[in-house]
Amino acid sequence: MTADQATKIASITIHEPVIHKTPGGIHPPDNKQQSLQRGLGIAPLPEKLVLPLNQHSGAPATPIVAVGDTVLKGQKIAEPSGSVSAAVHAPTSGTVTAIGLHPVAHPSGMNAPCITIESDGKEQWCQRNPVSNFTSQSPQTLLASIRDAGIAGLGGAGFPSHIKLSAADNGQAIDTLIINATECEPYITADDQLMRSYPQQVVTGIQILAHILGQPQRILIGIEDNKPQACDALQPHLQSTGIQLAKFPTKYPSGGEKQLIQILTGKELPNGRLPADMGIVCQNIGTVHAIYRAIVEGTPLISRITTITGDACAEPQNLETLIGTPMRHLLEHCGYQAQAGQPVVMGGPMMGFALTDLDAPAIKTTNCLLAPSTAEMPPQPPAQPCIRCGLCAEACPANLLPQQLLWHAQARNHQRLQSHNLFDCIECGACAYVCPSHIPLVQHYRAAKAELRQAARERIKSDRARERFEYNKQRKQQAEAEKAAKREARRIAAEQAKATLAKTHAQQEQTPTEQASDVVQAALQQVAAKQASPEQQRAKLERSVNSAESRLQRLEKKLAEGQAESSDAPLSEEQVSGYQAQIESARLKLTETQQKLKEFNNGQQTNLEDKVTAKVLASPKQTADKKVASLQKRLTGIEEKLAACDDDDLRQALENSASKFRSKLQDAQQEASALAANSGNDKPVTDPATVAATQQALAANKQKAPLTPQQQVERLQQRMQKAEERLATLSDPVQIDALQTSLANLQQKLADAQRALENP
Amino acid sequence: MDRLYDMVAQEPLLAALYALVGLAILFGGILGFAAVRYKVEGDPIVDQIDELLPQTQCGQCGHPGCRPYAEAIANGEAINHCPPGGQDTIDALANLLGVESIPLDAEHGEESDVATVAYIREDECIGCTKCIQACPVDAILGAAKLMHTVIADECTGCDLCVEPCPVDCIDMIPVTTTIDTWSWQRPGLIATDRQGEVA
Amino acid sequence: MMHASQQPGSSPHTHTGRSTARVMQLVLLATLPGIAALVFYFGWGVLINLLLASLTAIVAEAAILKLRQKPVGFYLKDYSALVTAVLLAVALPPLAPWWLVVTGTLFAIVIAKHLYGGLGYNPFNPAMVGYVVLLISFPVEMTRWLTPATILDSGANLPGLSQSLALVFTSSPALDGLWDGISGATPLDLFKHNSGQLVEQFYQGEVLFSEGRWAGVGWEWVNLGFLAGGIFLLWQRIFTWHAPVAMLAMLLLLALIFHDGGSSHSLGSPALHLLSGATMLGAFFIVTDPVTSATSNFGRLIYGALIGLLVYIIRAWGSYPDAVAFAVLLANFAAPFVDYYTLPRSYGHERRRRATEQQE
Repeated sequence: MTADQATKIASITIHEPVIHKTPGGIHPPDNKQQSLQRGLGIAPLPEKLVLPLNQHSGAPATPIVAVGDTVLKGQKIAEPSGSVSAAVHAPTSGTVTAIGLHPVAHPSGMNAPCITIESDGKEQWCQRNPVSNFTSQSPQTLLASIRDAGIAGLGGAGFPSHIKLSAADNGQAIDTLIINATECEPYITADDQLMRSYPQQVVTGIQILAHILGQPQRILIGIEDNKPQACDALQPHLQSTGIQLAKFPTKYPSGGEKQLIQILTGKELPNGRLPADMGIVCQNIGTVHAIYRAIVEGTPLISRITTITGDACAEPQNLETLIGTPMRHLLEHCGYQAQAGQPVVMGGPMMGFALTDLDAPAIKTTNCLLAPSTAEMPPQPPAQPCIRCGLCAEACPANLLPQQLLWHAQARNHQRLQSHNLFDCIECGACAYVCPSHIPLVQHYRAAKAELRQAARERIKSDRARERFEYNKQRKQQAEAEKAAKREARRIAAEQAKATLAKTHAQQEQTPTEQASDVVQAALQQVAAKQASPEQQRAKLERSVNSAESRLQRLEKKLAEGQAESSDAPLSEEQVSGYQAQIESARLKLTETQQKLKEFNNGQQTNLEDKVTAKVLASPKQTADKKVASLQKRLTGIEEKLAACDDDDLRQALENSASKFRSKLQDAQQEASALAANSGNDKPVTDPATVAATQQALAANKQKAPLTPQQQVERLQQRMQKAEERLATLSDPVQIDALQTSLANLQQKLADAQRALENP
Repeated sequence: MDRLYDMVAQEPLLAALYALVGLAILFGGILGFAAVRYKVEGDPIVDQIDELLPQTQCGQCGHPGCRPYAEAIANGEAINHCPPGGQDTIDALANLLGVESIPLDAEHGEESDVATVAYIREDECIGCTKCIQACPVDAILGAAKLMHTVIADECTGCDLCVEPCPVDCIDMIPVTTTIDTWSWQRPGLIATDRQGEVA
Repeated sequence: MMHASQQPGSSPHTHTGRSTARVMQLVLLATLPGIAALVFYFGWGVLINLLLASLTAIVAEAAILKLRQKPVGFYLKDYSALVTAVLLAVALPPLAPWWLVVTGTLFAIVIAKHLYGGLGYNPFNPAMVGYVVLLISFPVEMTRWLTPATILDSGANLPGLSQSLALVFTSSPALDGLWDGISGATPLDLFKHNSGQLVEQFYQGEVLFSEGRWAGVGWEWVNLGFLAGGIFLLWQRIFTWHAPVAMLAMLLLLALIFHDGGSSHSLGSPALHLLSGATMLGAFFIVTDPVTSATSNFGRLIYGALIGLLVYIIRAWGSYPDAVAFAVLLANFAAPFVDYYTLPRSYGHERRRRATEQQE
């Protein structure tokens, strides 16, 4: 033996991977031989392929084809939505015949959105982009290709692979790459068959992963010692690759990611951490092969190897299966004879689930279809009480106390479940497998986990509801408090204003009565003079007559209704007398306004002339005095209003105008006193031009009034139009009522005017 | 010391009285000091009760929200007035307060198995905002004369918006299980026990 | 058989095939060597005890299951009542009056087991509850043991079947004479009455010890029989080694300390403590009762050691000659407390938690 050889052997022995012991575990009969007898077969192309949009963990993919579209083999038909999601590709060429709910492989037996493709049998490929030399590609490019190929963990969980593999790209140092070829579940041989059939491809796939992860120092293929043929097939291809085959004794569940890491590194994955946090990336060997195909062949994930086994199948075998092939099609190819009451299980006997509908398609995670005979897997006998024998705790690979978990799960003791680390349960089923009382422990834990998650969700929701409710309450209280504060402030202000007013009044009373009456008179005149144009005044009076009329009518109507015997809500006597009082006052008002209107119509002409003449001929002194009186009057009015006012904004405005008036009043008083001092100037205005203009205007006015019937009609029509417009915008029934009455009046008037026009 | 003995011997009644008064003053002082020194802000029991209530704010208990009911429970009201919380909540409250668990008081409503959320038929909504004002958790969006909609995630299923709606366009729809929200049910009773009960 | 829920069953879909009934059958099987030794040394009385207790247990179990509206056949088939009956029967003195056996068994099944919820829910070992109730209530009958057959006085014989039945079922004074010839103390009882002699001297003065090899004639073989059964059960992985080994190790340790080289103050040799009384029966058939013991392996170590400690304390300084039943019941009380502090460290966690702890 040469020295070289010796060192080589030494280095190999040194690097021989150390196998660490793990707690728990069971040794069920592995039943793997049945499906390995016939080698790798190919499932025939079915007529119809069904592709669920969610074959992975994460968000479902979004379809990018429509019903009726023709698709080619390998064409992407659904895009990943979000980062934790995977694309879906057409497994064969054909036509999209449906996009909608279809039975899928799920323990619930519920339907899920799927794309159905009817194959045309041509297997026509789309454009593929194989990469001949992956080492020349950047990891990012390769990751993008993997993502594009829709690759999600083929081991069972279906986690999108590109996410795990981008650990190095995200700056995490990866020193160990573990390839999971354990396949510890009984019956399943898909990975075994894969390694036997495609050893070179698998090794190249591992090298691609190593390239993406920045060449980790250790690359281990973890494999149980019950697959010697697979080991033999791989061994020649591993020469000088730096990839080591780590064989360890068969024990279920060594293939769990956490368990495999423990076996190969001796380290436990700390609670709540990911392998990448420890510098480890773990990938299933099937996924590695899919990645090889995606990069080197440019083929997206449209097929996988599936084990069809169980005694209900005459010819158990591993099949190269197109994703989307109905389960029934696969089973029938292997000579499946349905047995009454026996389920078909997708996955292995330890962690798989019973299919409720064999029309469900094979998906990316379908590693095995197990159709057991009744003898092989008798139905579970009814559960007996737990005798706390502890066999489950002996079997638990996570070092939990399954019997205590059961106890607390049955008692719904969420706190204890958490303190007993329920969420570290990997649902491997070892506990239920050994339980002498046949208790469905895993189902208890799954239900308890769901309840805990639900409770956590509800807690979050109830906390949020509490927060929102508190906010809502606070907001309402605040609004209430603000209102109350305003009301209080207003009350105080009103009292103050009243007090000031009272003071002013008291002061005013001290001034000579004569003067006061003068002032009042002047103010009255001023008001009269300041009145709007006669037209407006008349309109106003007419309006008030109308409204008084309608009010009266309304009240009478109500009273009549209330008093009618058939009424649903008869009025009490109190109400009746109230109505009567209101009617009385309304009648009074009506008479008053009618009277006013009459007077106005009679007196308008003369009044106007007098007023204008008076104004024109008034002396500056008189004008000033009038001004003072008017200002004072208005100021008083404002102050009164202010005292009674309830609205903040309005108060503000009123105060502003009050102060304005005060300053104006001061000015006016000064002017008046100046004029009084200079009494020589106190003469009527004698400017001939002004007088002439005034007289002219008066003449014009005389001509103008009274209106011609023509003008009256026009005017009435205008008013009616306006009223109608207003009616359309109103919502208050009382106002509408009133407006309608006045509209009727207007119509009446219009009719009168028109008649007058026709027969002058 | 001797004098003390003498006193106890001669005036046992008086001595006992002195001792008791002394002790009363001493412990009263300690308690008083503790009350000031270790004063607990707020009423933690109310918080704890409130924590257990479902926060639907539905008012079926006769209080305007969960917290007022929590306060009422702390003041001695019965713990079985909360239909949305159901028996689980009653049990939890009984556990917290160390009292006997009692069945739900049917006067306040019945426990429903399915969670519901409000749904507004938007075609029929006239935008009156009455439901918005009624919602205790501000889970309804909308403005006057614009149709409203329920934020399903925030809706507690309290029903309070249904009654005020003038056009009855609000339905309480059950939250249905989808393939994403599906979960395993706990196994039934031990099968044989069930048979026994039936027999 | 209908599924309990509408959902299809959860995984796993396969099972070892070992059931509770099978476990119980193995336990019964494992008692055979010990029972054989008992029968050899103490005669028909042992078998009568076994039969009486078994019948009573099955009838009582069926009746109370019926009363509790449980399916009788289903629960009877788990053999748990039978195990309780057998364990109680082998602990009772042979030729004990029938009512003693019946009362003890009834108490064990009805009160200690079913009133606490039946199989899996009883906090105290039913057989030991039955035993202790009898020991306290009927001390005379409970301490009237027989002299092993091999060292009976010349002329005396263990009663035959008919005589045995007569002794068990009647209390005729005519039979009193029979008792005088055959009754005798147990080794532990006997040793307790050693007043100031060296152990060796004392042993020479007593036939029970001088004729025996390690711990008294007969008793040592009975214990070895139960030890063999226990090793069989260990091999069958019916229970883990932790509790029995901890109990025996603790007992051995204390015996070594207080044996005092066989002085006149000696509290008994290790061999006496390990191979006499109910030591092996307790260690492998009572302490290992899963329902009433601690749950984790570490917990079971503590639980076993506690029983060993209590057994020794009561034997050495208490007023009862043997103490397995008391020790087991006291440790049953402590089991939940032990459980509270001995949760195993789960995968991925830094340390073990307390049972109510929330976060690490």
